[in-house]
Amino acid sequence: MSYDAAIIGAGHNGLVAACYLARAGLKVVVVEKNDWIGGAAVSRELHPGFTYSNCSYVCSLFRPEIMRDLELPKYGLQVLPYEGGAVFTRDGGYLAIFRDHDANRREFARYSPRDAEAYDRYSRDIMRHCRFIRPLLMRTPPDPATFRPRDLAELAWLGRKVGEMSESQICDMIRFWTMSISDFLDEHFESPVIKAYLAVSAIIGTALGPMSPGSAYVLLHHYMGDVDGNVGAWGFARGGMGAITQALTASLRASGGEVRTGKGVEQVLVRNGRAVGLRLDGGEEIAAKRVLSNMDVKRTFLKHVDRDELPPDFTRRVERFKTRGSSGKLNIALDAAPHFPALPEGAPMLKGDLHFTDSVERMERAYDDWKAGRFSRDPFQDTMIPTMIDPTMAPPGKHFMSCFIQYAPPKIDGRDWTDADRDAFGQTVIDQIAEYSPGFKDRVLHAEIRTPRELEAEVGLTEGNIFQGELTFDQLLFNRPVPGYAQYKTPIRDLWLCGSSAHPGGGVMGAPGRNAAAEILRDTRAPTEMREAYAVV
Amino acid sequence: MQSFDAIVIGGGTNGMACATRLTKGGKRVLLLDAADRPGGAAIGGDGASGASQMPLAHLLMMLDPRVHAGMDLDQHGFSYAATDLATTALSATGDHLVLEGPAGASLSGSLSDTDRDAWATLRKRLLTYAEALVPFRALTPPRIARKAGNDMLGLAKIGLGLRRLGRDEFREFLRLFLINVADVLEDDLTDERLRGVLAFDAVLGSWLGPRSPNSLLVYLNRLAGEAAGTRAALALPKGGMGTVADAMARSAAASGVTLQSGARVERILIEDDRATGVVLTTGETYRAPTIVSAAGPKQTLLELVGARHLDTGFVRHTRNIRSRGGAAKLHIALTARPDFRGADLATRLVIAPDINAVETAFNATKYGEVPERPVMEIVIPTAHEGAGADDPHLLSAIVQFAPHDPRDGLDKARKQMLANTLGVLEDHAPGIGGLISESELLMPQDIEARYGMAGGNWHHGELSVEQMLFLRPFADVAQYSTPIAGLWLASAGSHPGGGISGAAGWNAAERILSRVAA
Amino acid sequence: MKDLRHHFEAPLRTTAFHERIAAANVLNEWAPWAGYTTATVLEDAETEYTAIRNTASLYDLCPMIKYRITGSGAVDYLNRLTLRDVSRLPVDAVHYTAWCDDQGKLLDDGTLFRLGETEFLLCCQERHLPWLADSAIGFDVSIRDATDEIAGLSLQGPCTAAVLTEAGFDVSALKPFRIARYPFQGSTLTISRTGFTGDLGYELWIEPGLALPLWDRLMEAGSYCGIRTVGSTALNLARIEAGFITTNADFVPADQAVREDRVRSPYEMALDWMIDFGKGHFNGRRALLKERDTQSGEWAFVALDIEGNVAADHAILYDGRDREIGQVTSAAWSPVTKSSIALAHMRRPYDTKAKGGIWAEIYALRELHYVKLMMKAEIVARPFFAPPRRRATPPGRF
Repeated sequence: MSYDAAIIGAGHNGLVAACYLARAGLKVVVVEKNDWIGGAAVSRELHPGFTYSNCSYVCSLFRPEIMRDLELPKYGLQVLPYEGGAVFTRDGGYLAIFRDHDANRREFARYSPRDAEAYDRYSRDIMRHCRFIRPLLMRTPPDPATFRPRDLAELAWLGRKVGEMSESQICDMIRFWTMSISDFLDEHFESPVIKAYLAVSAIIGTALGPMSPGSAYVLLHHYMGDVDGNVGAWGFARGGMGAITQALTASLRASGGEVRTGKGVEQVLVRNGRAVGLRLDGGEEIAAKRVLSNMDVKRTFLKHVDRDELPPDFTRRVERFKTRGSSGKLNIALDAAPHFPALPEGAPMLKGDLHFTDSVERMERAYDDWKAGRFSRDPFQDTMIPTMIDPTMAPPGKHFMSCFIQYAPPKIDGRDWTDADRDAFGQTVIDQIAEYSPGFKDRVLHAEIRTPRELEAEVGLTEGNIFQGELTFDQLLFNRPVPGYAQYKTPIRDLWLCGSSAHPGGGVMGAPGRNAAAEILRDTRAPTEMREAYAVV
Repeated sequence: MQSFDAIVIGGGTNGMACATRLTKGGKRVLLLDAADRPGGAAIGGDGASGASQMPLAHLLMMLDPRVHAGMDLDQHGFSYAATDLATTALSATGDHLVLEGPAGASLSGSLSDTDRDAWATLRKRLLTYAEALVPFRALTPPRIARKAGNDMLGLAKIGLGLRRLGRDEFREFLRLFLINVADVLEDDLTDERLRGVLAFDAVLGSWLGPRSPNSLLVYLNRLAGEAAGTRAALALPKGGMGTVADAMARSAAASGVTLQSGARVERILIEDDRATGVVLTTGETYRAPTIVSAAGPKQTLLELVGARHLDTGFVRHTRNIRSRGGAAKLHIALTARPDFRGADLATRLVIAPDINAVETAFNATKYGEVPERPVMEIVIPTAHEGAGADDPHLLSAIVQFAPHDPRDGLDKARKQMLANTLGVLEDHAPGIGGLISESELLMPQDIEARYGMAGGNWHHGELSVEQMLFLRPFADVAQYSTPIAGLWLASAGSHPGGGISGAAGWNAAERILSRVAA
Repeated sequence: MKDLRHHFEAPLRTTAFHERIAAANVLNEWAPWAGYTTATVLEDAETEYTAIRNTASLYDLCPMIKYRITGSGAVDYLNRLTLRDVSRLPVDAVHYTAWCDDQGKLLDDGTLFRLGETEFLLCCQERHLPWLADSAIGFDVSIRDATDEIAGLSLQGPCTAAVLTEAGFDVSALKPFRIARYPFQGSTLTISRTGFTGDLGYELWIEPGLALPLWDRLMEAGSYCGIRTVGSTALNLARIEAGFITTNADFVPADQAVREDRVRSPYEMALDWMIDFGKGHFNGRRALLKERDTQSGEWAFVALDIEGNVAADHAILYDGRDREIGQVTSAAWSPVTKSSIALAHMRRPYDTKAKGGIWAEIYALRELHYVKLMMKAEIVARPFFAPPRRRATPPGRF
């Protein structure tokens, strides 16, 4: 039996691409090495009665156009917005985050009346940048080094978009893209705690510190979720992040697509320079007119494609693609809700993200550890308790806590992580929480500790990089993953990339999968119902 | 009283270049300098009178060829003691690596052939990109707005130059444009010494570590400089750096510039929203229809002009100019020739054993702390002037990184910085501590106090991507003009930055001459 | 003091007059204003409007943002900040003013109270602390948000002078835009002859602890004429008739505008009469000079009299039937002029030469369906309604 398309990896991007192709009438199969579907967007019962979103943990970036095209709400996806958030300070206080604008302003004013009022202009500036970037997410990047009509037209479109802006706005934008979030925040705010809170989105998932130039852009990447509503609004997927990939799978099956789990791909079959199918672990072969890889670019080409089939220059560039992981994760089953004495009774802060890093300097020092090849001794964590909003994920009265940790390097002092390293890393995180939550350790029923090593072994993210490649300018837009191959095509005909190694990069966004499908459908001239990015009005 | 067409504030290299160019353009120019003698960061003799008499700058690498030729420096006593200076990447074990020729055209020392070849390829690529950027240096930064009076032809030429690199190289240029230098070096090279010295050079004088994105572009900017007619070369003037300043001063005077030293400008006179003159600290007033400030942009706008003459948003932009100096300057007088484990002292000596050493030294300064193991560039001027083994020697070093705003106070930090620096020196030149007769370490705050450079940054504002070209010092004033009619900026804080170059002053003068009617 | 950290329990705060207003607000209609709860309508908007124009009305001004500006450099500072010449504002007087960013685009308008030689109160709609603070660099001045320190009350209507006299505050000599002080229960009541209705009226300023006694005294004194508490709906109607603009209704502050084309200069909002180019440098001066000299303003701000009796809220304006030339920002059916009135942005030069006539495209929601109306409009002078009583001193007795 032959398929029109075989997709390697049942992560969200592989499934999105598969859905679009299936809806266009192609016969598709998605092949997943794990026994479960979802890649890094999964809900797994790793402790009896508890559902863990054990990789990705929030839903914010997923493109609403894709949700609509693929009818994900119909197939069961519900997103619940955060209701609060807090940064705990070392002096026993906290900065709370509220959805209500006035409550939030007065909270900021506890730290700085000036910052409270500066926040509006800051949000306005960020929104301006988002409005420029957002339409680019759902477009194939042009190749600025060719004179192909399509590339020239796309460059001209970009030029017009820039041309619509005033000179000062363009300059602001260029500065913003190239500067560090720390410098950017210094221009707006004076309170270290407020700056620490706002810097969070600029470092999550990256191998940059808040003082690294280019980190301000990363903030944008995380804020593009809901541009015309709340800037940077984040939410939980009900039932855990697996709800997203479950809905995608249901949508795919309804269009006649297949998903096969439990067997990974050993090799992409290439004949006469064209991809013609897959050989699975154990030798079984699947014939397909084209192959899409949802694996990162390094894993795809360095492990599953015959090197002889690739131009040496391409392979060299793939080898140099930067995928240094920077984060780890603790997934914790709790016997009871943790108690944070700093918070007033009845406060909504636990229904959102919790941070224990109250200055940009502490974040940057945590990054210095990463650069030196060790995990942060005073780590930054983005921690939440989804069960505060979504009780389906734990038995009654008990809670699931997700702790996203930075920084954790791909290697410790140049060698592989050991189990002892991993446990010490986990202990550091739990100790940090316990400083703010007495009795916390006694409530821990189970903790899954994940370092870049575990992330690579289970999900296949090279070096544990959650974005399938770092988000610095040398690896964005037409540079992602490799200059000249930023349009989802690869040097091997009929082999395509559809994962986050491709534009526009990582996060549970779905855009790379959708854009790859768009390119394939353009290539095959198949009729398609694919929504363009919603216009920014 | 003599009347002038223009007053130039600040007699450093940029001020002198600007004043001379204006004079050659037919203006009667008064040049006011606060110090006893002109020269700014290049002031100082051969250090014969001791360590404290040594100039801030100790090498030439950015001297603008227009300035060199246009000011006839060779006719005014300027010549080179050494051109195409080699660099020795010092090893604590004596296994030095010597980079000869401009930007390490050839390497001598123990090194694998793979690394030699890889460096040759990378060097060629970087120099090609740097070459493509060279024309920008002599240009008033373009404005982004349409119909803004840009030199479209000039810009088109530069753009075409980049495209002429060929498709693959153009792509590679776009990839490398904002990358961090460490990744590039680690991708291509394996030798720690080589990577260390290149990483050091890339971030020299900046407030970036080699792992900071955008650091490669700062390196390209360095490679776009030239000395003695050779791109990316280093040179040492005969008689010390002070001779550059002296030659420029003589040239300025010869061309007709009226030079007044010891004249500290207290404020710029603004009348009816026009700059009309300057008032000195002595109360003396000079008037001219054109006022050019080669003092840093922050100082010019906030202190000499004053916020009340400016708009609030503009004041914000001015205050947001980042000007963190990350380098300290060490001057040592030695009783005899030091021994850096056999290294040739007539080369530039660099102590930066690997990339991480540079990065780790930078880490500390982010928090206002002093690095335990600073990295540094050493020049021994006396070694170029034929001093013998038992003769006194002078050592000048740029030591990175030093905090611009030390957490524990300046005095404590300076002491710690000196101790840590001498510790590193001792490791590389055993016994050097016993030869020291006099030493002086200038922290960024000292440099600010002595030379008026905001934050102690040599460029009067960090040379970083978000403060380059049309964003330097910030967008509103990137074309050397200011919102106040008749007031112009000409310091290193303007495009293309500093480093004993004169380019910013020359560019500003060209702009003024093209914009101000005779 | 209540624990500051518990504001999440009440995102909106109540004002010093809340107790009385809540009791009067039988409809229980509230809306947020700058972080406070304010009544939109208490009983009936039309009756409330009638009180403004015919007897006396009380409106809670507490949420208005107030910055206290003091110091020897206050006059110079305010001259640099705002468009008008503050040195010409006498002590105990008020002027209406506005301020701009570097590009000469409006940040806000407001009233500036000169309480002493070096003491001012700036009242406005939006928050500006970072801008005000950064503008203070280089001036000997201090700026503090005083919104919570002063309870404000607007007493508007033909009978208000009489009501105040009845309450024991003789305002017969108080001229428009002047300030007077009166003892009140051991404290000082400040009264300014200012308002937002274009009618005879006063604004009263008191320490928050005395807000309720003051309220009670005024209600008692005004009972003879049927004094009423009014909500923002009635006040808005009166202010449109008076031709006053409101920030974020008639223009978007330049530092809030996400869309760059939404910002407006004083020339584009008909506020250019405020600009004093002769007073020395002020924010936006260079841009405004250029705008004046090159006539580069793209917009005009106009008052429209529109045929028919349907309020033209947010109507698009046309030259003839198809060329879009502007947008209505505020509109109302005006009871006192018996016409449909509107304030609008209009693209230049159509404010002077709309060849096909000005037409307003109005969508009137009638029983679930929009009725689309194309109504002829005419540019008229502002204010739409300006009774002489508003300026008479001493005020007439009504």
